[in-house]
Amino acid sequence: MNKTASINGKRIQSERMRLIKRYRVLLLMMVPAMAYYAIFHYAPMYGILLAFKDYKLTEGIVGSPWAGLKHFETVFSDSYFYTILGNTLVISLYKLVFGFPIPILFALLMSEIVSAKYKKLVQTVSYLPHFMSWVVLGGIFFTVFSLEGPVNSIVKLLGGDPVLFLADDRYFRSILVVTSIYQGFGWGSIIYFAAIANIDPQLHEAAIMDGAGRFQRMFRISIPMLAPVIAIMLILSMSGILDAGFDQIFNMYNVKVYRVADIIDTYVYRKGLLEMNYSYATAVGLFKSAVALVLIVVVNQVVKRLGGRDHALW
Amino acid sequence: MINVKKSSGDRVVDAVLYAAMAVVMMITVYPFWTQVVISLDGAGAGGSAYASGMILWPKELTLASYKLAFDFAELWTGYGNTILRTVVGVLLAVFFTALTSYPLAKRDLPFNGVFTGIILFTMLFGGGLIPTYLLIKELNMINTLWALVIPGMIGAFNVLIMRNFFRGIPEEIEESARVDGAGYAMIFFRIVLPLSKPVLATIALWVGVGHWNAWFDAMIYVNDPSKQVLQVILRKIVIQNDMSDINNVINSIGKATAFSGRQLQATVIMFSIIPMLIVYPFIQKYFVKGVMIGAIKG
Repeated sequence: MNKTASINGKRIQSERMRLIKRYRVLLLMMVPAMAYYAIFHYAPMYGILLAFKDYKLTEGIVGSPWAGLKHFETVFSDSYFYTILGNTLVISLYKLVFGFPIPILFALLMSEIVSAKYKKLVQTVSYLPHFMSWVVLGGIFFTVFSLEGPVNSIVKLLGGDPVLFLADDRYFRSILVVTSIYQGFGWGSIIYFAAIANIDPQLHEAAIMDGAGRFQRMFRISIPMLAPVIAIMLILSMSGILDAGFDQIFNMYNVKVYRVADIIDTYVYRKGLLEMNYSYATAVGLFKSAVALVLIVVVNQVVKRLGGRDHALW
Repeated sequence: MINVKKSSGDRVVDAVLYAAMAVVMMITVYPFWTQVVISLDGAGAGGSAYASGMILWPKELTLASYKLAFDFAELWTGYGNTILRTVVGVLLAVFFTALTSYPLAKRDLPFNGVFTGIILFTMLFGGGLIPTYLLIKELNMINTLWALVIPGMIGAFNVLIMRNFFRGIPEEIEESARVDGAGYAMIFFRIVLPLSKPVLATIALWVGVGHWNAWFDAMIYVNDPSKQVLQVILRKIVIQNDMSDINNVINSIGKATAFSGRQLQATVIMFSIIPMLIVYPFIQKYFVKGVMIGAIKG
């Protein structure tokens, strides 16, 4: 037994040596990438140690003295941390609840449009905001929601008093939701366009033969056929629940709306890079990435369980 | 689909649908249109379109603010730096992503699982903002082009896409080259890369648009104004409402024309998005294709 095992082991070993020799040039090609990942991805992971140390500029990350869980205790005993955690979750959930169905609805309506040219045009226009940075979009929305802007001119037309929308904590979250839908609805619908295009046309033909109208076909064929994709997209979006949209919020918020709009990412930026509270900010950031890691592992398991192997991440 | 005579009710639904989509398009374009109007509008005695609320059409058409923008050197510096980071960033990203993906396309490459695991894990977990910032600082990359093009150079997702494309290249082509005595390096440069133009172009466009729009990295890693990118200069003027530099230009050229702050901001926005608006219709289909590839993973 032992002998054959060791012979087998040797055979595997020599096979591996043969492959290493054969592929030595390819293995050499991997060197730059591995160096890159070590330096720019894994070294920052090592830098997380900062969260457990008292960072001293002169000592560097390695030399700074240990602080144990001190920074985490500060984080978790600070009531403002719960404000930003709450904001992050609430803004994310609002975006999910209101923003998730829109691309589906858009794709369903678009599938009823017969003219391929008109469809193409609407799609192309709808993707446009996705190609703009939030610096540009933020600047444009300052105009749209300003005191003299078009939204307020409608408010005035309806007999209301103009509102400083972007500095009002009653409206700010709604504006975040609306503008994020504006930016993403067209782009988000691509996956549903594809799923609808993949529905066997014979299903529709048979239904037409049986006298089904277009609404009946939408509810009895298109939506049920989309259900698996919708379920998977919904579950996958849960893994990003702590990403409330840094680029958008950072370019649109101001001190007056911090109470409702300050999120984990914006807080980490201000605490860390503006106030140079490196260790504290790293601790907050680590909390976020640790929760996100757990979420994505759980979500991936759920997707697999539900038979969405094609959509699972690994 | 089979031909069915459309009922009149069907035709009404069609009309409503076409009209609804026209409204969707108008809503999507309108925010951009406001910037076109405001930037072209005079701020003369008649009052600008902006002051009157609904921004539909310029009240008096003038190109004065565009002329001013042409004299605004900071914008051109920004353009130069953005073009530089985009070109260098795309070249580096495409080359190194391909170089990494080709070996991984060989299923029997020794340690393939280890390499792939190391790369994919970065999609799930990272060091976060502060450790990354301190690293760039300790590497003395602050205020260099490298801080903008190297940290995101080889994206895990792009490696997956490219690896899968390479796997689709028929093995016989490579085998016959090997029989003729070509090594893997030669096969990569002479055979695989030329056959992979579609995927190289797709990745180049993704990375390119990303660089064109990127602002956060430049905001934190670059503080030398002569090295700043367009998005950060735009951010200063439009988001932080800092008009000091543009006012200096107005003062130095002694323009008699009056400009409203909003008009200058709209002009700078237009100035920065016109290239994207021009190329967008031609490149968007590659992005759509990319989403499809990404949704069906390999």
